[in-house]
Amino acid sequence: MASNSKAEWRENILTPLVRKRPERQDKFENSSGVELDALYCPEDIADIHYAQQLGYSGEYPFTRGVQPNMYRGRIWTIRQYAGFGAAEETNQRYHYLLSQGQTGLSVAFDLPTQIGYDSDHPLARGEVGKVGVAIDSLQDMEVLFQGIPLDKVSTSMTINSTASILLAMYLVLGRKQGVEAAKLNGTIQNDVLKEYVARGTYIFPPRPSMRLTTDIFAYCAENIPRWNAISVSGYHMREAGCTAAQEVGFTLADGIAYVQAAIDNGLDVDAFAPRVSFFFDSHVNFFEEVAKFRAARRLWARIMKERFGANEERSWMLRFHTQTAGCSLTAQQPYNNIVRTALEALAAILGGTQSLHTNSFDEAYWTPSEEAVTIAVRTQQLLAYESGVADVVDPVGGSYYVESLTGELEKQASDYIAKIDSLGGAVTAIEQGYQQREIQQASYKYQKMVEEGKQKIVGVNDFVTGESKVTSTLRVKSEVEAKQKERLAKLKRERDNGKVKQTLKRLEEVAQGKENTMPPIIECVEAYATIGEICDVLRNVFGVQREFLFF
Amino acid sequence: MLGEARIRVLVAKPGLDGHDRGAKVVARALRDAGMEVIYTGIRQSPEMIVRTAVQEDVDVVGLSILSGAHLELLPPVIEGLNSEGKGDVLVIAGGIIPDEDIPQLRQIGVKAIFGPGTKTGELVTFIKDEIAARRESR
Repeated sequence: MASNSKAEWRENILTPLVRKRPERQDKFENSSGVELDALYCPEDIADIHYAQQLGYSGEYPFTRGVQPNMYRGRIWTIRQYAGFGAAEETNQRYHYLLSQGQTGLSVAFDLPTQIGYDSDHPLARGEVGKVGVAIDSLQDMEVLFQGIPLDKVSTSMTINSTASILLAMYLVLGRKQGVEAAKLNGTIQNDVLKEYVARGTYIFPPRPSMRLTTDIFAYCAENIPRWNAISVSGYHMREAGCTAAQEVGFTLADGIAYVQAAIDNGLDVDAFAPRVSFFFDSHVNFFEEVAKFRAARRLWARIMKERFGANEERSWMLRFHTQTAGCSLTAQQPYNNIVRTALEALAAILGGTQSLHTNSFDEAYWTPSEEAVTIAVRTQQLLAYESGVADVVDPVGGSYYVESLTGELEKQASDYIAKIDSLGGAVTAIEQGYQQREIQQASYKYQKMVEEGKQKIVGVNDFVTGESKVTSTLRVKSEVEAKQKERLAKLKRERDNGKVKQTLKRLEEVAQGKENTMPPIIECVEAYATIGEICDVLRNVFGVQREFLFF
Repeated sequence: MLGEARIRVLVAKPGLDGHDRGAKVVARALRDAGMEVIYTGIRQSPEMIVRTAVQEDVDVVGLSILSGAHLELLPPVIEGLNSEGKGDVLVIAGGIIPDEDIPQLRQIGVKAIFGPGTKTGELVTFIKDEIAARRESR
């Protein structure tokens, strides 16, 4: 007799079997601590109301996707994060990536550029051109985008504390190419809150940083309508060790803080909210990740509509970039990384991402070689054009398991947001170390599980063979630092230093007052003031933030 | 008895690199193993690390670096410790350090380099053995 319900099936069929033949594990759990059932059935999603929780694609609450036909219209943007050495070398890599069918650029800057030091600063020692390209002034940006028409590409810049300056450089560069601001397409990360929590490239204290952020919102809303003024990022918190549910909760809580700050500064929510975008990690637990993206989309739509009273549909949409999980890559048996990345990329696509970076198999170790980055791009093209997964919208929608998990992750993420609200919002919670402690706790727990073999990593704690490591084919030469310093010295000799001084003075006055900081920063950039000079002015006015260290 | 004194460890993040997951996990694991751990936080210059190592009178300095600046930032730490008369401190490193750079770092006095996939237990054992040997030979 066939079972009439899940409960009946469990009692009569499953339990006796498991008693006789125990399962592989005592319990099955995902990163968010959701205990997984053996089988998901209609009973598990009985409380889901289709129109309210899922709806149709392109309609509120966008669980099934932000566009009505998703990838049938256009494939997601293939956007590989790249940048190393001096601007010339990175420019070559961009031309190569575009020639291989990449559809958007993504700039990796070196750490001095991200933290507002010129290449000749003592703290820049050893770091120039290492984790990204070195940019000191507009001059370097001119080289970086040589031969790339800014009205033909969309460019994402991973830049936070110095986002205003890099955006100003991009604008001025566009102007020099004859491309007006309204035609520029791209994204700046501009998410400083997660820098305090996980990534570490903050400069100023949170409150003046929030002002810089909202100044950018206001400027973009008025002048660069197609620019994503922020990419609220969960990626780095996830890489630092948090769970999938925490990634959504902490990221959306940061998003809430930015939206609130902009509203408090007098902006109309629908004027900037459509240009708020997001950035998530795609990790190895496949269905947890798919559910995570869907949950984030539904939750954000509700937050924007119900909490902030946004009226425009576009204000409710959570659009996001995804990168596959760097921390899932292994130095051991590096070719396995190609497979991991393909699975993670598939999860991001089934989750409805708008753009995607697939990690190169050697990326755990260094700046990817051309061969490795080509395989990473091909992985996306295979998924896009061979696998058929892009041909139907939200193909996993309606799966008892995925819908149940989506609901579960949404609930957990909401609880984290409520907790952060109760602490006084994301900024206060960070100052108190709440997110940092949660992340440290989760990452330590994960490490223990790996060491105890409860979390298997192929090639690392199981299926281990002799060491097979890739060797570095791309190393940033130490000459880059010297060359960059020389170029900087020459610039400082040749530019109109009177003009530089004058524009920096103007920036100082604005920073001390309440006006928008973007226009004077643009003037500084046009005069070829350097990132270090501009940041020094702001450091003097705003002060510097020490690490919020809770250990 | 010297051999029973708690091992004091400085876990430090040289340079501008913000990847602190590994450093924090290691710091906690060493603490759980009974060592006294001082964690510097991120963005430490070699000079700052040396100063803290001297002030805290540590037995071990563990340097975590993932930005690729290890060949520039690790030698000044060793030189600084030597010139402060702390050449006997056990210096180890972790993070992303390519194999081909390891001989150079070992030669200047980085005793061991622990790459990705290292178990924290291995690290604990290594430190305990090294310090015990050093204390015995005193």
